[in-house]
Amino acid sequence: MEKKDNKKSIQDKLSTIKYNCASETHLKVDEKKCLKCSEKTCTFICPADVYELEPETGCIIVRYENCLECGACKIACPKKAISWEYPQAGYGVIFKNS
Amino acid sequence: MDINYNSDVIVIGAGPCGIAAALEVARGGKKVVLIEKGEHPGSKNMYGGAVYDSALREVFGNEVDYLPYERIINSYTWSFLNDTGSFDMTYKNSSSRHAYAIKRFNLEKWMVEIAKKNGVYYIPNTLVEDLIIKDGYVTGIKTSLEEYYAPVSIIADGVNSLLARKLNLRDDFKPYDMILSAKETIKLEKKVIESRFNLSEDNSNGVCKMYFGGLKEYKNIFMMSFLYTFKDTIMLGVGANLADLSKNKLNINKIIDEIKSHPDIIPLIEGGKTIEYSAHLIPETGFNKMPELVVPGAILAGDAAGFINSVHFEGTNYALISGKLAGEAALCALNNNDFSVNTLSVYKKKLSKSFILKDLYTYRNIIHKLYSRSNSLSYYYPYKIKEFFEIVTSANCYSKSSQFKKFLFNFIKDRSLSELIKDIKAFSRCAFDMLSGK
Repeated sequence: MEKKDNKKSIQDKLSTIKYNCASETHLKVDEKKCLKCSEKTCTFICPADVYELEPETGCIIVRYENCLECGACKIACPKKAISWEYPQAGYGVIFKNS
Repeated sequence: MDINYNSDVIVIGAGPCGIAAALEVARGGKKVVLIEKGEHPGSKNMYGGAVYDSALREVFGNEVDYLPYERIINSYTWSFLNDTGSFDMTYKNSSSRHAYAIKRFNLEKWMVEIAKKNGVYYIPNTLVEDLIIKDGYVTGIKTSLEEYYAPVSIIADGVNSLLARKLNLRDDFKPYDMILSAKETIKLEKKVIESRFNLSEDNSNGVCKMYFGGLKEYKNIFMMSFLYTFKDTIMLGVGANLADLSKNKLNINKIIDEIKSHPDIIPLIEGGKTIEYSAHLIPETGFNKMPELVVPGAILAGDAAGFINSVHFEGTNYALISGKLAGEAALCALNNNDFSVNTLSVYKKKLSKSFILKDLYTYRNIIHKLYSRSNSLSYYYPYKIKEFFEIVTSANCYSKSSQFKKFLFNFIKDRSLSELIKDIKAFSRCAFDMLSGK
């Protein structure tokens, strides 16, 4: 329940942010490594809740369009399974009040 | 080398560091392009909330008089939070002008305009995908559209610096060496902020509050929270060690929400509306894990080099000055027409003489020493302070001496002696480093 509350809180806050959403993802996960990962750090560490575990398949869903481009996921991933690039030029998050 | 150079210097990243570097090169009469991946400069950037006058003047001179800041920050509070309240220390100097609260979108825009006026060729909306290397020298950059050549590249692409990694200037980051920070920009009426924080209407004063502790459930998280007053917004955020967050399976937003519900914070943000949420990493690599700063044809500066002093919430000043020094080194190399490490290393010499490397050296162990005592700082002492002041302020019907004796007894009993010794060792080591630093 508590986890859900935090997800809702993040969703509310993400709705305040302006994005120029790219058509292609700048974040990729290596599914083979993810399946072997017991920590699934990406699913709780991301401040924008970009990563979600699909329980049936064990795959990670990547909602790259919410990404704040902080880079925490890549560094925290114990399997080094996240390939992290900047979004295409001019795309991604636009902080106007930070 | 037989290369048709498009420009003398390429600067990658239009943050405070890159802009300062480009400006320095342009003032030296050389051709410089400043490349920014975002559509607007500053749109990818976030900080606690203050940029410093001294470093700004080093780079922008008297133009700083026209900085479109929101408030001058000149009241500082260090606050130890417990479950029901806090112990605060405040230092205030209403006439000082050392720090300005300004949103990054506006700060970088202002800086870029000055750079452009001085001849910097500014190119936004352009992502540098790779560096071009010929005969061991960085000779240019690749974007998705074209290749662009210059004998010197200044890499100022921020904390995640993918280019520094590509050049093998550093290893992959470890979570332990990173602080994840997130904040909310909370909108309130200007008048409300002024009455709540006792500020004047002319924006000539503002408040920075730094909070230790405040989490009920997590007692071993190395974290701090901060609050800055802007004109009609408040910046409220937290920073926590990434390894701690991982270990505790804790999301940074949860910490923000818990801090927001602390009895000390609630009345400060009451009635406010969050208008932006942001997150960023802060490098803690410091002196001990500093990347290679110079390679043939390229210089690394700013956050990309890990130049930051998180103990004092300083970062923009390190960025500005390291950028300026990188620009000076580039000019020196251009004048000698020599772009080897030997010549570009003048950058490292300049850094060593400046506060940047001196302070990084002085603080080389401090943040990790404090980190090792995170339970003490974020939990144990804030609660002992509470116990102490309960005795002082409760005016109960017990003798003071008996209560103080009990307090002292518990102070030692509640904590194993070894933990106390570890605290003393860590804090005295910090003090020793400060006094024996450069």
